[in-house]
Amino acid sequence: MDILYSIFVDPFVQMGSAPDLLAQTLWEGFVGGILYALIALGFVLIFKASGVFNFAQGIMVVFAALTLVGLYEKGVPAFLALALTIGVMFVLAYAIERAVLRPLVNQPDIILFMATFGLTYLLIGLGEAIFGGNPKVMIAEQLYLPKGAIDLKILGGVVTLQKIDIAAAIIAIAMIAALSLFFQYTRIGRALRAVADSHKAALSVGISLNQIWVIVWFIAGVVALITGIMWGARSDVSFALQVVALKALPVLILGGFTSVPGAIVGGLIIGIGEKIGEFYWGPLVGGATESWLAYCIALVFLMFRPQGLFGERIIERI
Amino acid sequence: MKKSALALGLVVGALVGMPAFHEASAQESVYVPLFTYRTGPFAGSGIPIADGMRDYLEMLNQRDGGIGGVKIVIEECETGYDTKKGVECYEAVKDKKPVMTNPYSTGITLQLIPRASVDNIPMLSMAYGLSASADGSVFPWIFNPPATYWDGASVMVTYMAQQLGGFDKLRGKKLGLIHLDAPFGKEPIPLLENLAKEYGFELKLYPIAAADMQNQGGTWLAIRRDRPDFIYNQGFGAMNPTAVKEAIRNNYPIGKMVGVWWAGGDDDARGGAAEAKGYKALSFNQTGTDYPIMQDIIKHVFDKKLSKVENRNRIGEALYNRGVYNSVLIAEAIRTAQQITGKKVVDGNDVRRGLESLNITEARLKELGMEGFAAPVRVTCADHNGHNKAFVAEWDGTKYVKASDWISPIKDKVRPLIESAAKEYASGNTGWPKRTEACDSPS
Amino acid sequence: MFYREAGQFKTSYAADMAIFPILQDRIGLAVVLAIAFIAIPLFGSNFLIQTVMIPFLVFSLAAIGLNILTGYTGLISLGSGAFMGVGAYACYKLTTIFPGVNIIVWILFSGFFAAAIGVVFGLPSLRIKGFYLTVATLAAQFFLQWSFVRIPWLYNYNASGAIEVPQRMLAGITVTGANATPVTRYLVLLSIVILLTWIASNLVHGRIGRSWMAVRDMDIAAELMGIRLLPAKLLSFAVSSFYCGVAGACMMFLWYGGGEANDAFNINQSFTILFMVIIGGLGSIIGSYFGAAFISILPTALKFGLPAMGIALSGPVAEHLNYIILGVLILFFLIVEPHGLARLWQIGKQKLRVWPFPY
Repeated sequence: MDILYSIFVDPFVQMGSAPDLLAQTLWEGFVGGILYALIALGFVLIFKASGVFNFAQGIMVVFAALTLVGLYEKGVPAFLALALTIGVMFVLAYAIERAVLRPLVNQPDIILFMATFGLTYLLIGLGEAIFGGNPKVMIAEQLYLPKGAIDLKILGGVVTLQKIDIAAAIIAIAMIAALSLFFQYTRIGRALRAVADSHKAALSVGISLNQIWVIVWFIAGVVALITGIMWGARSDVSFALQVVALKALPVLILGGFTSVPGAIVGGLIIGIGEKIGEFYWGPLVGGATESWLAYCIALVFLMFRPQGLFGERIIERI
Repeated sequence: MKKSALALGLVVGALVGMPAFHEASAQESVYVPLFTYRTGPFAGSGIPIADGMRDYLEMLNQRDGGIGGVKIVIEECETGYDTKKGVECYEAVKDKKPVMTNPYSTGITLQLIPRASVDNIPMLSMAYGLSASADGSVFPWIFNPPATYWDGASVMVTYMAQQLGGFDKLRGKKLGLIHLDAPFGKEPIPLLENLAKEYGFELKLYPIAAADMQNQGGTWLAIRRDRPDFIYNQGFGAMNPTAVKEAIRNNYPIGKMVGVWWAGGDDDARGGAAEAKGYKALSFNQTGTDYPIMQDIIKHVFDKKLSKVENRNRIGEALYNRGVYNSVLIAEAIRTAQQITGKKVVDGNDVRRGLESLNITEARLKELGMEGFAAPVRVTCADHNGHNKAFVAEWDGTKYVKASDWISPIKDKVRPLIESAAKEYASGNTGWPKRTEACDSPS
Repeated sequence: MFYREAGQFKTSYAADMAIFPILQDRIGLAVVLAIAFIAIPLFGSNFLIQTVMIPFLVFSLAAIGLNILTGYTGLISLGSGAFMGVGAYACYKLTTIFPGVNIIVWILFSGFFAAAIGVVFGLPSLRIKGFYLTVATLAAQFFLQWSFVRIPWLYNYNASGAIEVPQRMLAGITVTGANATPVTRYLVLLSIVILLTWIASNLVHGRIGRSWMAVRDMDIAAELMGIRLLPAKLLSFAVSSFYCGVAGACMMFLWYGGGEANDAFNINQSFTILFMVIIGGLGSIIGSYFGAAFISILPTALKFGLPAMGIALSGPVAEHLNYIILGVLILFFLIVEPHGLARLWQIGKQKLRVWPFPY
């Protein structure tokens, strides 16, 4: 009975008795979810346009953040460094398209997936060779990201909102809005959607696949840079950060590989779900459940919708 | 096809050529391989340690022509903090007759413990590795001075008592242990549980999965709920700066957070900028360069461009100096071995005896130019650790400064745990050899 | 000139369908076996055996396991590292509870525990497909890894939290533990790997293997042809996990000689094995060997081989270079031959048949 009580009753009693902590948990989950969604967004963009499950997204996050901080440490002013980093991401996108995607066009998915592993190794080696293995401090202040916190005295307690988290949320939402506008109303955006629908049809109406790929990988690179800044500000910029990118995978299967809104909703569900789970139920099994809880949440959803919440329906024919 | 054949040829050629790699080191020298990790996710702590270890030995070569007139052949082998690569390193250096190994990773240490006695190569795992290996009667070839993680945890509890004004004040207090959810992180738990029972404080555990080192949001919510009076951080790598930042984010008083010695790197606190001021970590070596030993390193190694350190300011960081300290132990063990045996060129077994007779007194520290830099260290045949003193260092915004007296571990609580763990290890490993190596009488 | 089938006539269907229909292939296999069993133990240095051959064999076994799942059945799994862990812990528990039983029996037996766990995590495969399933297998990886740390019973409550491999004898020779010589461990491992390769080869060439391949090529069509999907997929998960489990037990007992889960059976291990399978060639047993050789030996060869060839590099630079070279080589091989090294091997053999007068 005790076990049943501590599983089914006690967590809710805790939630009711300390609503401020519940609010805080939800907020932390929301912020975490936004950050997961940012990483997942990079995956989704690339998967949609080129059908590549880009494992290198995680290392791209690290690489972008390292380039930014590395340039700053070499004496380049912060915003110039930011611009230069965006330039580097463009060069990277172009190089990937030329050296990897073009020769491997029309290969099975798993081969392209494997190719992004090769890319990961390459970027790890390059990044460490150029910038060294020392962890670096993100230049959040120089980029005018706010610091400090707002303490809200509500619900009989204090709920702390970090300004940088608010900024992260605003930037993420702004970026997603900008991306949807871009996809909806610009020529390139329309071309991108056409490519996502069908490569062959897009080719036949004169859309250059190669050009689109460069653009998509470049956008994913910029998303990676923003992700890197946000995560870097939370901890530091080091190669360990690429492990965090794995967290985007349950978000992806939950939201669906092909849906931008899915990445956001999936991110929020995973972010909030794992925080609530770890906070209220985690102690029952000894904690540190965050490493796998997200996957289990995603698995449960998948049992009902095998293509994810917003993924395209999988239709199989013989 | 041709190119792949070429690549294949390269691999085959490399493999065939490998035996040539085992070259006997020149005469009149001792071979000290250093396993270091300057790459990989943990490179942040690995680089300063590697630099410190290397530079001190290099300094001895430059200043004194080695130890007792015998040159030290230093060779670094890159492990990337990866066990597989570490074991490769061991296999590569084994045949070159190293006088000791320094694995610098708990994972690699665990692998090499059983091999040390077979290959007659003593292993120095300085304040890491297997705590139980402090029992010299079971592990004659393994040394882990100056303190074990259990000593560290007991120093933490003593420090907590000092801050509160006595051990009796511990009753009813809460100590949070935020730790990596791996054997390294979980190590202090049994000792802290014992002490919690003894002194009546409450121990709260906050595990962090290895994959979530930089994603600790959920854990810190729990810390915010429980409000522990003190936090002990048994973390490593990227987990530490994240924990410091999360403490700041969550308004946890940073001065109440104390890390184990591996959570006391300069990079761990630097990211928190001014708010990290007050973060504490255990240490057994001072920082800075105001010691003759450090000045000698700068003069004989850095200024001659023999160091791998690029920025002069990194000499004197906590982990750099810890690397130096590690090498002092290596050099003193070799020197002691030379004294005991009367030989100039010592071998693995001699150095094992040297380590067992290691006695770095205050006077010796002064001779070495490290008065006040570290506490005296004494290792004996039965006690391969010494359970030596440590202190609490505080981050002042730019560097760590000593913020407490030298604190002795609660040895009578630690030692029984070590002996029972050692016994368990020996009984769990059927065929674990009984100690046959004779003890030197203490000089 | 030397490698051709002219004059070799088949007089029965069995002979025609043999895996090695050409005499030269059988001679080649015998030579390889002779080198592996006789030449390497006699002439190989301890370094060669311990850091090159033993890891290569362990990874080959794991790669064969994953290849059965990914290459033959078309289910991509990123949980193989954790299944190896299950095997290692099962073997450890078994040999510490029943120390009297022959250790080889336990190494092989521990595969069944991995198989059982594999079946549990394979259950969603009927409903979830493609990369969705891949990510779902990550749940297995992370959950099992967490369990290895969280359940102290698995490592007998010892303070280090790691497996400590006890010494076990076989016919008076020490097989596991620190006192076992690399040659002994190598020979035991080699025998296990060859036995299991033989079984795997027979499996994939028989009825079961064909049903797996039918599922891989199109599972709906396979179902219409009367193959029951769930048993076929679960069997594939079970066999694959069995191989991974045995490989994990071998890794702990015959190679590492002790260690901890986060270190040895982490997500990187799963990725590494998947690399081996893809680089080596999906759906090819010999490809598993090629892939394992490529991924496990290459970094070692670069690290220790380049200095031996006179290209002296300092530790970190060499390590960075290793990463870059490995990355470039993976890309290079994928671009040259996306079907893996096994396919290159086949092409090579094909060319050799008509050499020196290609048409």
